[in-house]
Amino acid sequence: MSALLGRDFKLALRTGGGALMGVLFFLVLIALLPFAVGPDLPLLKRIGPAMLWLGALLASLLTLDRLFAADHDDGALDLMLMARTPLELSVIAKALAHWITSALPLVVATPLLGLMLNIEPAVSLHVALTLLAGTPALTLIGVIGAALSVTLRRGGLLLPILVLPLSVPVLIFGVAAATTPGEFGAPFLILLALSLVSLAAAPFAAAAALRQGME
Amino acid sequence: MALIDLANPTRFLRFTERVLPWLIAATAIVLATGLYLAWNAPDDYQQGATVKIMFIHVPSAWLAMGIWAVMSLSALGTLVWRHPLADVAARAAMPIGAAFTLICLVTGALWGRPTWGTYWVWDARLTSVLVLFLMYLGLLALWSAVDEPSRAGRLAAILTLVGAVNLPIIKFSVDWWNTLHQPASVVRLGGAAIHPTILTPLLTMAAAFFLLFVTLHLAAMRNEILRRRVRTMRLRQASAA
Repeated sequence: MSALLGRDFKLALRTGGGALMGVLFFLVLIALLPFAVGPDLPLLKRIGPAMLWLGALLASLLTLDRLFAADHDDGALDLMLMARTPLELSVIAKALAHWITSALPLVVATPLLGLMLNIEPAVSLHVALTLLAGTPALTLIGVIGAALSVTLRRGGLLLPILVLPLSVPVLIFGVAAATTPGEFGAPFLILLALSLVSLAAAPFAAAAALRQGME
Repeated sequence: MALIDLANPTRFLRFTERVLPWLIAATAIVLATGLYLAWNAPDDYQQGATVKIMFIHVPSAWLAMGIWAVMSLSALGTLVWRHPLADVAARAAMPIGAAFTLICLVTGALWGRPTWGTYWVWDARLTSVLVLFLMYLGLLALWSAVDEPSRAGRLAAILTLVGAVNLPIIKFSVDWWNTLHQPASVVRLGGAAIHPTILTPLLTMAAAFFLLFVTLHLAAMRNEILRRRVRTMRLRQASAA
């Protein structure tokens, strides 16, 4: 399991894909925002936290379709299916590696981007915290989608359609925790709960999908 | 005849052939009764005759969620018991569920215009039903992306179960999020909060819609079984040639 984690980690860092690409996409998205709504600082300040969340959601989708597809192409997925390590654990390892290389950089980049969107430092710290709590749920939901679409032709196109509706609750409570001042606690706890529930359920769903898909 | 006998597609076809005419007749009678009752129901003192949209809107909303529940049960049947007709049932329910969800959304929009002054608001109930509609479409897209029906059935079953998590969110969304939609008033603690003159036609229409769903579902399952037989025959023909 740790070997798998290390391998995915190295692959993501050395092939010049994963880690930086997500942040770069995030940056481009946030840079496009003032062109779309106008460089009105008070407006940007108001919608900024929500935009950061939306950007993180889309950026985390970006690398998902290669998550299992690359392993499927080179045969590593077959080895994982046959290995003595339960497939569920391998899925957790892959999800963790994906989260560390694609979601964690987003969390780190959030305060900086918050500065560009005229968000107060305290608020953008809040946004970063909610992202830290919520992105595991996004990644795990995405892993289910990736496992479902791995053997399909044009699975990459199908993936966002399957995943995005399911991530609505995370988005609702994430933005609620980030934007309503003085009401940080309750939505934040729900966000944590969503992440924990998806940690409990997603590996099983994804492993089942992989087994069915590879048959 | 035990229910387990229906697991055999041929027996299922024979059984539904006998049952379907009765079901169609029952649907027609209950639907006619429901429409008659709804027609004669009193107008609302505020909304006037537009309140009658409810008799279509509410039953289809119930079915939109109920059909996902039926598909979740079928998904369990596919994954746990490997019941041969479970994925047929799920596949046949999908477009019907999507259609009822669309009816619910459209009638809701038409009802919202005169009463709220707008076709669409980003309110909890509306948004979550829209998400449900998108989930139906995603499921159909997933199914059409896989060539082989039984594999498509198992993949779709997993997605259906994952999506079933959203059902309680839709049910309770009016209590949790900012909302223009009225809170639950029929199924709630302390009994329904609607006067019998409205409630009776509403429940009759709900029964009619339920019968309509059962009829359509059984007919669609027959079609799906026959479609798969045709597919198998074509494959056999192709491999023989």
